[in-house]
Amino acid sequence: MAKDMAVRDLIRSDLSALWDANKGLLAVIRKELADHLSGKRFVILALLVVVACLAALYVAGSTIRSSVGQDKLEFVFLRLFTTSGSSLPFSFISFVSFLGPLVGLTMGFDAINGERDRGTLSRILSQPIYRDALINGKFLAGVAVLSIMIFGLGFLVAGFGLLMIGVPPTVEEVFRILAYLALSVIYISFWLALAMLFSILFRETSTSALASIAAWLLFAIFVGLLAGMIANGIYPVTDSSNIQQALANTRLYQTLSRLSPTTLYDEATLTLLNPTVRTLGPVLAQQAWGAIKGPLSLGQSLLLIWPHLVGLVAATLICFAVAYIVFMRQEIRA
Amino acid sequence: MTTGTKYLVETVNLTKKYGDLTAVDNLNLEVEKGTIFGLLGPNGAGKTTTILMILGLTEPTSGKALVADHDATRNPLVVKSMVGYLPDNVGFYQELTGRENLFYTAALNGLDKDEAEKRITEALERVNLLEAADRRVGEYSRGMRQRLGIADVLLKDPQLIILDEPTLGIDPEGVRELLDLIKSLARDDNKTVLISSHLLHQVQDICDKVGIFVDGKLIASGTIDELAEQIFKGQPLRLEIKADPDEEALIELCKGINTVQDVKRQGDLLVLSCERDIRQELVKCLAEKGYNLLHLHLKGFTLDDIYRRYFQKE
Repeated sequence: MAKDMAVRDLIRSDLSALWDANKGLLAVIRKELADHLSGKRFVILALLVVVACLAALYVAGSTIRSSVGQDKLEFVFLRLFTTSGSSLPFSFISFVSFLGPLVGLTMGFDAINGERDRGTLSRILSQPIYRDALINGKFLAGVAVLSIMIFGLGFLVAGFGLLMIGVPPTVEEVFRILAYLALSVIYISFWLALAMLFSILFRETSTSALASIAAWLLFAIFVGLLAGMIANGIYPVTDSSNIQQALANTRLYQTLSRLSPTTLYDEATLTLLNPTVRTLGPVLAQQAWGAIKGPLSLGQSLLLIWPHLVGLVAATLICFAVAYIVFMRQEIRA
Repeated sequence: MTTGTKYLVETVNLTKKYGDLTAVDNLNLEVEKGTIFGLLGPNGAGKTTTILMILGLTEPTSGKALVADHDATRNPLVVKSMVGYLPDNVGFYQELTGRENLFYTAALNGLDKDEAEKRITEALERVNLLEAADRRVGEYSRGMRQRLGIADVLLKDPQLIILDEPTLGIDPEGVRELLDLIKSLARDDNKTVLISSHLLHQVQDICDKVGIFVDGKLIASGTIDELAEQIFKGQPLRLEIKADPDEEALIELCKGINTVQDVKRQGDLLVLSCERDIRQELVKCLAEKGYNLLHLHLKGFTLDDIYRRYFQKE
């Protein structure tokens, strides 16, 4: 009997301890959400992204309208997101792919060293919360803000698009758009986690900002260039090269460039929003032989990009895990 | 929770090493409940490191720090809920008001809204910051920020208050107010206060006990009188005098007084070394010979002197 009571007390004290710890986490999340949503930084970025994406939408809408009747009308709604025009060579998805990282980086680059700078870090951590409540709270609040922003933006564009072209989306298109938006949240979360890692590794906010930008340029631009150079160096392709050489070149190029989350994201996006994409690598004639023409179903498209998805989630988690471990071991004093 | 010892803070062979550098070396510190303890020492002596270990924010290399018998490393949440810490160079979120900053602290402490509001108003009133409570912290002066820091500590209703260099960079009037406030916390609210500082004369008045901290070691600890006795035992006392007329005969006269070993001239003062306190005899003697005594000071009983003496020994 007494033992039962003791066990119950133990469980209760464990539960209340858990609750207390989460109270701290919730307080951090609430504070960070308020900070992000009311901060000037976020407003400026959100405006930038909204304007860019609406411009892309306008161009896409007019391009689609002018080409009605020439193209087949399959998946018109998805094309709102993927079409660019002559006046603006960027589509909605390329804007998100390009500016999205900037949003994540801006939200995270001073997450921890900013607190250190202001002298708030030791004050906050001397409150009865676990140390990880701070970093978890910051990351979760960041992801929440990103989700609000991306889904808000997606629905905004979808709504305007509906008004412009007057063709309602099919159920499959809706699911594809939702999957695309979720993918974008994961992708930008990667940049958020990376920026937070930099904010822990570097004491100066200016250093972590610079490191973030460098990483962004590296992954968005230079990995592709470098992959091409390496592939051409190892498997040079000339007019007289045989097919094996050309294939090896392409494969190596693709493998190397897929080290960059940007490549993973772009390929996954393309597959999700363009159901006619059947494969992401080179296709030989004998592989295409006997294939039934037509778009892929959503399930098949997801299957095709599953490795990409897993890769992106893994990259995000690795960044966050490293940030977490380093932060937990770091000295608090400035 | 009752505790077995009368000490609220106890460190047992507390040691912290950073590579080859020993920041805190086998520290055994005891702070009694309801007292003000001054942790004194030069910059870089390991004061802040010690405080962080007491709070459980830094893991000791060996030894342990106990707050009310709770190990700070194993039970950081319990310890942190009992201890209010005002860091050296405390910071707040500039874009939030003072009150909003305190609300965040209250939320982190798990206080519900009504309780938080009540405690925040009380704390702000105590530090005399109620009028400025709804201004952004970015507009606060350094003294105001420090007082907000005290309010931030008070709203937790802690048993132990740790203040790291609380008087640094504040004007004299602000320092006086702050020290009065700290004193009233210990006397009226029965809080235990641990102050770290290198500004000795400021802390001297309010501390019940002090510990002198050099290179990670506590080289002396006790009340100021005890320290003075320890350090000046067997050493000659030093008396500063100034008398009119100031002439060579005066020096000879002083040398003639019982137990005076040496007389030196320092600026316009004469410094007498003697074995015991001869002030009474000296005054009488000078008066008899027709000298007017202008200045008389027995050296060696201020914390500054004790402190300096420790460094000379090192």
